[in-house]
Amino acid sequence: MGAAARFLLRRQGVNKGGRGWHWTDVVTWIWLVGGLIIMFGPAVWLAFSSFKTPAALAEFPPSILPYVTSQATVEGYDKPLQLYDAKMPDGSTRVLAEVRRIGLVSQMVDPQAPGEIVRVNMNDRTPVRTLSFATSNYTEPFVHFDFLRYLWNSVFVTVVATLITLVVNSMAAFALSKYEFRGRSAAMLIILATLMVPLSVIMVPLYSIISSLGLFNSLWGVILPTVATPTGVFILRQYMLTIPDELIDAARMDKASEWQIYWRIVLPLTAPALAVLAIFSVVWRWNDFLWPLIVLSRRELYTLQVGLSIYSGELNVQWHFILAMTVVTMIPVVLVFIFLQRFITTGIAGTGLK
Amino acid sequence: MSTASSPSRLGALLMTPVHFVMRLIDAPVRGLQKATGIGGMAAFFLAPNMLIFGIFVLLPLVINFVYSMTGGTAFFLSERQFVGADQYARLFTCGSYLDPMSCQEDAFWTAVGNTFWFVILQVALMIVTALITALILNRDLAARSFWRAVFFFPVLLSPVVVGLIWKWILQRQGLLNFILYEFGGTEPYTWLTDRNWTFAATIGVSIWAHMGFYALILLAGLQAIPKDLYEAAEMDGTRPARVFWRITLPLLAPNLLVVVVLALIRAVQIFDEVYVLTGGGPGTSTLYLTQYIYETGFASALRNPGLAAAASILMGVVLVVLTLFQLGIGRKQENKGKR
Repeated sequence: MGAAARFLLRRQGVNKGGRGWHWTDVVTWIWLVGGLIIMFGPAVWLAFSSFKTPAALAEFPPSILPYVTSQATVEGYDKPLQLYDAKMPDGSTRVLAEVRRIGLVSQMVDPQAPGEIVRVNMNDRTPVRTLSFATSNYTEPFVHFDFLRYLWNSVFVTVVATLITLVVNSMAAFALSKYEFRGRSAAMLIILATLMVPLSVIMVPLYSIISSLGLFNSLWGVILPTVATPTGVFILRQYMLTIPDELIDAARMDKASEWQIYWRIVLPLTAPALAVLAIFSVVWRWNDFLWPLIVLSRRELYTLQVGLSIYSGELNVQWHFILAMTVVTMIPVVLVFIFLQRFITTGIAGTGLK
Repeated sequence: MSTASSPSRLGALLMTPVHFVMRLIDAPVRGLQKATGIGGMAAFFLAPNMLIFGIFVLLPLVINFVYSMTGGTAFFLSERQFVGADQYARLFTCGSYLDPMSCQEDAFWTAVGNTFWFVILQVALMIVTALITALILNRDLAARSFWRAVFFFPVLLSPVVVGLIWKWILQRQGLLNFILYEFGGTEPYTWLTDRNWTFAATIGVSIWAHMGFYALILLAGLQAIPKDLYEAAEMDGTRPARVFWRITLPLLAPNLLVVVVLALIRAVQIFDEVYVLTGGGPGTSTLYLTQYIYETGFASALRNPGLAAAASILMGVVLVVLTLFQLGIGRKQENKGKR
C-alpha cells in the first residue's frame, strides 16, 4: 500500500536535492487520495448496496458487504428460526435458534436437539451472518417489471441515433469542407449558432412539432431531434479539411461519382473523428433524460433513464430494485470509461466539448 | 490498421451489407449528379442534416416566439388564441419586485431566485475545485493519466444515475449518516427534507458530477504555459504561491474565463440530476428554471404552454448573452494569437 502510494505520487524530473516532502506534496497527496475516494466511493457503495436484501438495506449502521442473517428450520417449529451465536454462562459459544424473546431474555433451542429450551440474555447473543449476494435484485426487475423492455428501448435509441448522427453529420461535414458554394459560410454559421440553443429553451414548441408529426409516444420522437448535432458536424468538418483535395480530384478524373468519393475515400479517412463522435453520441444518447421524459408517456416505451426516475419517485421506493437497475444503467458508461477514457480525456482537453 | 486477420475479416463481413446499401444509393445519386452537376451535389449532402436541423431546432426556435404570445392549454398552434404580451405581463406582475411571493407567478420568481443563487455558488465553488485539481494534475505525478481519469469518472455518468447515487447516500440510513455516526457519533439526519441542506446538496452533487470536465480543460490550459517561465522562477527561488499569482493565474486567465462562462451556461440549465435527487423540493427550495418550464408546459394540472414558452425565451436571452460573451472572448484570444 505504502509502496504503491509512493509510486503513484512520486514526482519525476526535477530533483529537489534530496529535500523531504514540501507542503505542496502533502496537499497533492490529500487531494488525490480524497478525490479517489469521493469520485469512486459513491458509485462503488451503490454497487455493493445493490446486492443486499431489502432487510439488509434497512439496517443502520449498514455493513459494506451484503450479509444476510442465517435461519434454520427446526423440528417442531413451523417457521424458520433466526440463528444466533449465544454466549453461555461458562464462556463457551453455541449456535442456537431463537424461539421467542420475552423482555431481555431470549428463549433458544439447539437446532440439533430442539427439546431443551435455553434462556439467554438478549445482549449475549449476536445474529449469525453469512455473505450472500441478492442476485434476485437484478433478475426480478427484468422478469416482473418492464426493465428488459426499458433496456431494449435505451439500446435501440442509442444505436439508431448514433448511426443516423454519423451518416447525416458526415454528409453535411463533407459538403461544408469539400465544396465551394454560395451560402456555405451561412450554413456553417447557422449550425454553430444553434450550439447555444439548448433543449430547455425550445422544449414547448418542439413538443408540438413532434406531436403534429405523430411522433409523440414513439422512440423516433426521441431519436430524430437529437441527430443533427452541431458539435458532430463541427468536429467532422475540421477533420475533413485536413484531407487533401488532390485525392478527390484524382477520383473525379477516374470517373468516380460524388457519392463514391464520399463513402469510399472521405469516410474511411475520417474514421478517427467518426470514432470520437460515435463515442460521444453513445454517451449522450444513453444518458438523455429530459426529452425522453417529455416524449414518452407510455410505460412500455420508457428508456432506462426515464423508467429509473419514475420508479425511484414512487411513494414506496423499492430501493433494492432501483439500486440494481442503476448499476445496469451505469454499465455501458463504465465500459466506455475503462476502455476509452484516455481517448476521451485527451479529446476533451483538445476540443473542449462534452 | 494491420491487426490480426480474423477481426479484420469479421469487419469486412460486417461491412458487406453496408457496401451493398451504399452501392444501391449510388445509382440514383449518380443520376442526380448528372442533372445538377458536381456543384449541386453539395446541396444533396447538406440536405438531410439541414432538414432535421430546420424541423427540430430552427422551426421550434421561431415558433417559440409565437407560442409565447398565445394562451390556452392546447398544444397545436392553430387551436391557440393570440394574447399578445399577456404571458410576459403575467410573469412580470409583482406586488413588489423584491419579494417573489408577491408576484402572480411566484413559482417563476422562486425558480429564478433559486437558479441565481445556485449558479453563483455552484460555478464559483466548482471552478475553484477544478482549478486546484488541474494544478495538482499538472504536477510531475507518476500515473498522471490514472489520476486524470479518477476525477473524470463522474462526468460520464448519466444525470439520473448521479441523482440516484446521491439520493441513496443522503437518505436516512445512508452512507453519509453512517460516516457521521462512526466518526462523530451524530444521530442520523434526513438531509433531503431540510430546505438548506437540500439546496446545498444540489450544489455539491452537481459539482461532483461536472468538476472533472472543467478540470481537464483547465489542465490543457496549464500545459500550454511555457515551461521556461517556471524554470526561471525556480532559479530565482520564487515561492510557489508567488509563482501561482504572478505566472500561472495571469497566463491561465483567458482559459479560465471561457471555462467560467461555459460553466455558467450549463448551470443556468440545471435540471436532470436535481429532478431525480430532490424533485424540486422540499417545497420549492430546489425548484430551478428548467423544471419550472417543464412543469408549467407539461406536468402540472394547470399547464400553460404559452407561459412556459415565455419563460423559456427569457432563459434563452440569458443564455444568448452569455454565449455571445464567450464568443467575444474567443475572438479576442484568436486575435491575440495572430499578433
